[in-house]
Amino acid sequence: MKRFSFSTLMLWAGLLFIYLPMIILVIYSFNASKLVTVWGGWSVKWYVGLLDNTQLMNSVGRSLEIALYTAIAAVALGTLAAFVLTRIPRFRGRTMFGGMVTAPLVMPEVITGLSLLLLFVAMAQLIGWPQERGIVTIWIAHTTFCSAYVAIVVSARLRELDLSIEEAAMDLGARPWKVFILITIPMIAPSLAAGGMMSFALSLDDLVLASFVSGPGSTTLPMEVFSAVRLGVKPEINAVASLILLTVSLFTFFAWFFSRQAEERRKRAIQQAMETMAEEAASSNWKPASTQAA
Amino acid sequence: MRIPKLSNLLPTGRHLVIGIPFFWLFLFFMLPFAIVLKISFAEADVAIPPYTEIYTWADNQLQLILNLGNYLILSEDELYLAAYLGSLKIAFFSTLMCLLIGYPMAYAIARASKEAQTVLLLLIMMPTWTAILIRVYAWMGILSNNGLLNSVLMGMGLIDEPLQILNTNLAVYIGVVYSYLPFMILPLYANLVKHDPSLLEAASDLGSSTFNSFWKITVPLSKNGIIAGSMLVFIPVVGEFVIPELLGGPETLMIGKVLWQEFFNNRDWPVASALAVVMLAILIVPIILFNRNQAKELEGKV
Repeated sequence: MKRFSFSTLMLWAGLLFIYLPMIILVIYSFNASKLVTVWGGWSVKWYVGLLDNTQLMNSVGRSLEIALYTAIAAVALGTLAAFVLTRIPRFRGRTMFGGMVTAPLVMPEVITGLSLLLLFVAMAQLIGWPQERGIVTIWIAHTTFCSAYVAIVVSARLRELDLSIEEAAMDLGARPWKVFILITIPMIAPSLAAGGMMSFALSLDDLVLASFVSGPGSTTLPMEVFSAVRLGVKPEINAVASLILLTVSLFTFFAWFFSRQAEERRKRAIQQAMETMAEEAASSNWKPASTQAA
Repeated sequence: MRIPKLSNLLPTGRHLVIGIPFFWLFLFFMLPFAIVLKISFAEADVAIPPYTEIYTWADNQLQLILNLGNYLILSEDELYLAAYLGSLKIAFFSTLMCLLIGYPMAYAIARASKEAQTVLLLLIMMPTWTAILIRVYAWMGILSNNGLLNSVLMGMGLIDEPLQILNTNLAVYIGVVYSYLPFMILPLYANLVKHDPSLLEAASDLGSSTFNSFWKITVPLSKNGIIAGSMLVFIPVVGEFVIPELLGGPETLMIGKVLWQEFFNNRDWPVASALAVVMLAILIVPIILFNRNQAKELEGKV
């Protein structure tokens, strides 16, 4: 194959298109000049100013809290959904279940946000809960759409798994839940971690859903940034934006790094087990059927 | 008649496993649409919440009053019609552009070495985890009249005065393609990487040109990836709010933005609900298409 085919060229151009704006943003966040378009030398003063902005810092704390709860709940819910989709072939309402799991991926956020808010308002009237919209309602909204992402990631892994290990455990008398906790969970752990990090990032990022289902006094970071951005480009926002970019990049990198390490450990363990078996076979008189025949 | 044992009535493990995610999704994803539908038939009111009940119970009669006024407003006011058409147009052309740019990219990644694939995928995926808001904001600084793009173009002497790009539809297209490109690439890659290269070798042995075998073998085989990617871009873009709000101008009419304004600025919940119901009706076919495709993918039947 040619080294520089059309598709390779497009790939590099595309990556440049994706990353250049972000790099420019980060560079300009170090601009000393108050005018965002004029370069006035390097400075970190916009970053220093952020720390004194209590309103902003409060929203950062709130967003992190919601993201943490969301990640935990979405992993639990998404894994259950993935398990149902890949391991339980037949039950009443299966088609509907499959639809409900994947639909949040594509549903326009304004529709999801509006409908959830109207649900919360109706619930408040009917059963008196939630009295106030805030962290809990945002958490519910985020968990609902993040679990769809987790379900996709985890079900891909569940499909790849060797069922014979689970079946062996079952034959040896383990109860289904014990098999799930002792065997299935450790084997899908890297995708659980990836799904959790993904949910964390998605929740931290969401503006539209949070705007609909939040109440007074529960502004999240994206909502704070959005109201500032609407007024135009400012160096302080460049600094906030760069910090968010940095955080998420680090997160993604670690998610990738750890899942790769886990994968390598797994491969090494399998290889080691094979080698031990081969050694044992060689030292004893036992020989595999194929070599005996030869 | 056999009396059912108590233990048969209690949920078993299997029921719980299915029941928990089912109940959650039903309560927080399906049921809300029914409520939106209900409120779209209500009348706006100065109250908390700001709409009237559609049913009343008086003299032992249940009265159901469906107010079609909200839907009449939608069909009569040209603004709403233009917003729907504008959204569909922008979503259609952005999807097409994402496909044209994303396909070769996904193809190149699928053909790269195993090690390179993970790194490249990570590079593509990372932005989807990063605030869409921030990436759109980055373009505001680049596209504005005294922004970087215009400064560079003027510095190179290509133009004499700044081009008006920010607050036009062009900026919206740039923002949408930029933000949704990864959502096109990922499903395409997932599909392309599964292809058997021996098919292409066989074709070239039989004298087929590279382009011919690409068009006759690779493209038809990647149909599911194309559908998944296109729907993953098209459907959310129709309801997009952030990008037209930040990059678009007065000419940009998109339904997500109009819905947002009806809800937050005019506080007209019934009209906002009616807008959402019609948007959902328009999107129902693509959503079903995507769900079918995805269900097959999830169960590994492809």
